[in-house]
Formats: sequence, structure tokens, C-alpha cells
Amino acid sequence: MASLRVLVGCKRVIDYAVKIRVRPDALGVVTDGVKHSMNPFDENAIEEAVRMKQKKVVKEIIAVSCGPTQSQETIRTALAMGADRGIHIEVPKGTEENLQPLAVAKIFAKLVEKEKPDVVILGKQAIDDDSNQTTQLLAGILEWPQGTMASVVEHSDGKLKITREVDGGLEDISVNLPAVISADLRLNEPRYATLPNIMKAKKKKIEKMSPEDLGVDVTPRLKVLKVVDPPVRAAGDKVPDVATLMDKLKERGHI
Amino acid sequence: MRVVLPDGRVLDSMSNMRKDNTGYDLKQLFIGSEGTLGVITDVSLLLPQAPTSVNVAMFGCKSFEDVVQTYRLARQSMGEIVSACEFMDRTCMKAVNENLSLASPFSDEHPFYFIVETSGSNQEHDMEKLEGYVARVFEEGVADDGVLATSKEQAGRLMALRENIAPALKQLGYNYKYDVSLPIKQMYSLVEKVGEKTVGEESCISVGYGHLGDNNLHLNLVTPTYSTQVLGLIEPFIYEEVAKLRGSISAEHGLGLKKANYLKYSKDSGVIDMMTVIKGVFDPNAIMNPYKLLPWK
Repeated sequence: MASLRVLVGCKRVIDYAVKIRVRPDALGVVTDGVKHSMNPFDENAIEEAVRMKQKKVVKEIIAVSCGPTQSQETIRTALAMGADRGIHIEVPKGTEENLQPLAVAKIFAKLVEKEKPDVVILGKQAIDDDSNQTTQLLAGILEWPQGTMASVVEHSDGKLKITREVDGGLEDISVNLPAVISADLRLNEPRYATLPNIMKAKKKKIEKMSPEDLGVDVTPRLKVLKVVDPPVRAAGDKVPDVATLMDKLKERGHI
Repeated sequence: MRVVLPDGRVLDSMSNMRKDNTGYDLKQLFIGSEGTLGVITDVSLLLPQAPTSVNVAMFGCKSFEDVVQTYRLARQSMGEIVSACEFMDRTCMKAVNENLSLASPFSDEHPFYFIVETSGSNQEHDMEKLEGYVARVFEEGVADDGVLATSKEQAGRLMALRENIAPALKQLGYNYKYDVSLPIKQMYSLVEKVGEKTVGEESCISVGYGHLGDNNLHLNLVTPTYSTQVLGLIEPFIYEEVAKLRGSISAEHGLGLKKANYLKYSKDSGVIDMMTVIKGVFDPNAIMNPYKLLPWK
């Protein structure tokens, strides 16, 4: 019964709980010495693939990460959660900030050509650039159907039934395989990496290659001009009574 | 530190010096004095550099001996980066799972759980040490399962399992709470002894958890409602057992009102006499927190 092969993307990002600081050159945030971990939505993506494998719908999970040498740790976490093997698309340290969604989508498209998976699952968006574009771009390049912001994924007979989280509520769609999915937070509760699995994961294979090996040009098309902190919230005014409140609101043109 | 004394005088020993060995270090008297010698109004604190690399791992063990071994291996393999070692028993884990809906990271139940936190300045080095440690733990078979937090959020959730034991137990009824220091090998045997003594009494449950690395046991008993019967069985029994092992009847929480009269179980009478003399020097009119800390019966 298990027949599907899944390619899952996982990105190494600054840990969600870390307080970020803007760099002195105002072109990004400080990353040196700051705790990094797997993008939370990518954890949902890996978890979904592992659950499908446990249900015997999927037979192989390949975890992919594009980034510097340390992205291997992210792949190892995916392997510890249950992925079978990994592919690390390595870029020189310091250039990972310039890896933008279009370049990543092109890389994944080449990997799809090579590995021929039935499903690609990515996280809905990375918490550093918040783009929410890679899945959609990839689906476009491959001309595959897409199920984005997925909070439920069910498989039957070569089709996937997906529930999407949309502005108005929930939308149910059905897509034919092969397809691209992006995982949302409510898709599942990602498991912890158990220590026995972390030890076993060390023996699983991680293939390394560069974007050039795949013939992909990752030159950024977007240029960051400036990164600034959000404006500091000004202190409020306390007023003694409702009449004064009304005066102030009128004075400031709010009513 | 700056303290206002019972007679209104201000005792000023504020300083920012790391090292100062001039005369008697009076600030140490006020630390832990529970308001019986004066009111501390100012302190200057030396803060350590916040660590950039913090990791949390939790293990499931089949016996307390295994927990102690897992802990010893942590000290041996990662000594300099170990920042916390905590343990809890099966009942504690069930309480937080069921009463506070905090899920266990394990699919099975284990009789004991051990949590270790490491803090360092280099994630790669610390991970290497952790991996070496974990390999030894499983080689020696002292843990049956383990998980490693891979993000700060997961680390917080593992720690929350330990930090919420007290609120979870509160939901089960009246809590009799004890905070004692014991030699590490005997830390859990007191929980077992107390359990045996109260078996069948008012559906009494006894649990143990605490700061393993500091040899500090939090022993709690729970009955659906307060029972003088149960209290009579465990006090002064618990204090007598702690005294036999030369431990402390109050490892961190102090004596206050309820334990003041049990001070003799942890301190020699000559020492208690001298404490009373010091109290008399600072507070001759006994206006500061009477009936607290020093015995009055």
C-alpha cells in the first residue's frame, strides 16, 4: 500500500523565541552566536510526512535544506523525527540571507526532476522573511496543483483532500498527485526528536550539493535597502474623566 | 546590601566589589533571615553573562538508582556546562498530564524522569558534549528513553512539565509539602517510607520531585481533604528521618512559622543558642516577625 515518496523542505532560521536585534549596518538582523532551529512550519511539514509514513501511505521521506554548513543540523533533526535521508544544498556562509523564494523554488524544481517524488511538502512561510511564496512558485514552475496553508491532509487513490486555512475560515480542496503542499501550524503537533532516534539519525545519509551542481542561478532578484526596528510605542495619556476623553478624541480627529 | 534595623538605624554595606574580605560579612546574616533581623531595602547583584547555547534533554528511567547514574554521567561528561538537573516520578508526570493538559514527550510511562539543562557559549561544542553523554547513557542502559528539545519552545515545554508539578498536585486535594536536603542515594527512599506509612489512610498519595543536582527533594503528600490523622503520621516522622541522615528539614524555602519549632532536627542546640543571641543583638524587643524561624515552644 505504501507507495508515495515525499520531498520535504526544512529551513534553518533564528529560533522563534529569540529576541532579534537589527545589525548596525541596518541591512539585516544579528545572527552570530544567536540560537537557530528548524522553521516551526517546517516542523509541521516533516511531522505530516512522518505521520503519513506511519499510516503506510508514504514509503520514503527525503528532507531537503538550502543553507550554510549548519543547515546539516536542521536536516539531522528532520532525520531524527523520521525522515529517511537528507539532501543539503550548500551555499557559502553569509550568503544564505540572499537565498530568496524564487531561487529556492528553482532548486526544488530541479530536485523534483532528479528524485521524482509524488508530493512536496514545505512550511507555509519562513519566520525570517515571512514570504509565503516558495510553495506557490514551485507549483507554478512544475505546473503541479498546490494546497497551501494546509491544516488537514488526507490521501485516497492518487488524490489528496486538503483543508486550507483561509481568511474567511476553512476551504476544502481536492488535488491530483503529484502536488505541492504548504504546512500550516494547525496541521499537527510536531514530535520531539527522541534521543535513540537522534543517535540512529547519525547513520542516515545526507547528500551534499551546490546550486551550481543543479544548474540553478541563485543571484538575488530583490535587494534589501534597509532594516529598522518598529517605532517605539509612545506612552498614552491618562485623562481624569469621560468629558476630557471626548475632548481629546475630537481634538486629535479620531471622532 | 542596605538594611533597616529594628531600631530604625540604617546598616549600609552596599558595594560593587567582587572581592572584599574586610571584617565580618554581615550581609550573609540577613540572607535567609526571613525578616527576623531587619528589612533589606537595597541589594547590588553580580549578574553572569547570559548563555547563548541552552539545551534541555529529558530521560525516562526505570528506577531511582538509574536516575542517579544518569545524573552522575551528566556531571562526568558535561560537568562544566550542566546548569540544571531535576527529577520527577511517575505520579508527578501523570498529574501534569491529566490536570494541566501538559503532554508527556514520551509515548510510554516511566517510573522516573530526569531533566538536564546545559548552558554554554558555543552550540557546536555543547551539542558534541551532549551527544557523547547521551551515547554513554544508552550504552550503560541507565535510561529507557530520552528526548532532546530542538527549539527554545520545546525546551520551555519540557521544563514546564517539571515547573508545574505543584499547581497540578494542588488540584488533587490538600497538599502536605516538604522541602528537604538528603544524601543523593537516599533521596527517594524517604518518599517510599512515607508512602508505606500512610498506605490506605484517606487515599493518601506521596510523590517526590526536585533539584537532583542540589540533593534537594520536594516530598509532597496529597489527601482529598486535610487530615490531622495523616499529619500525625508524617510529622515529626519526616523530620526524624531527615535528621537521621544528617540532612536539612528545609533545603531552600526557610522555616517560617510552621517549621520554627523543628529547627532542632537540623541544627545543634549550641548553634541554635547562638542564633538566639544574635537575634537578641539586632532585635531586643522581638518586634520583627515573632514566632518565625527561631523556636518558641
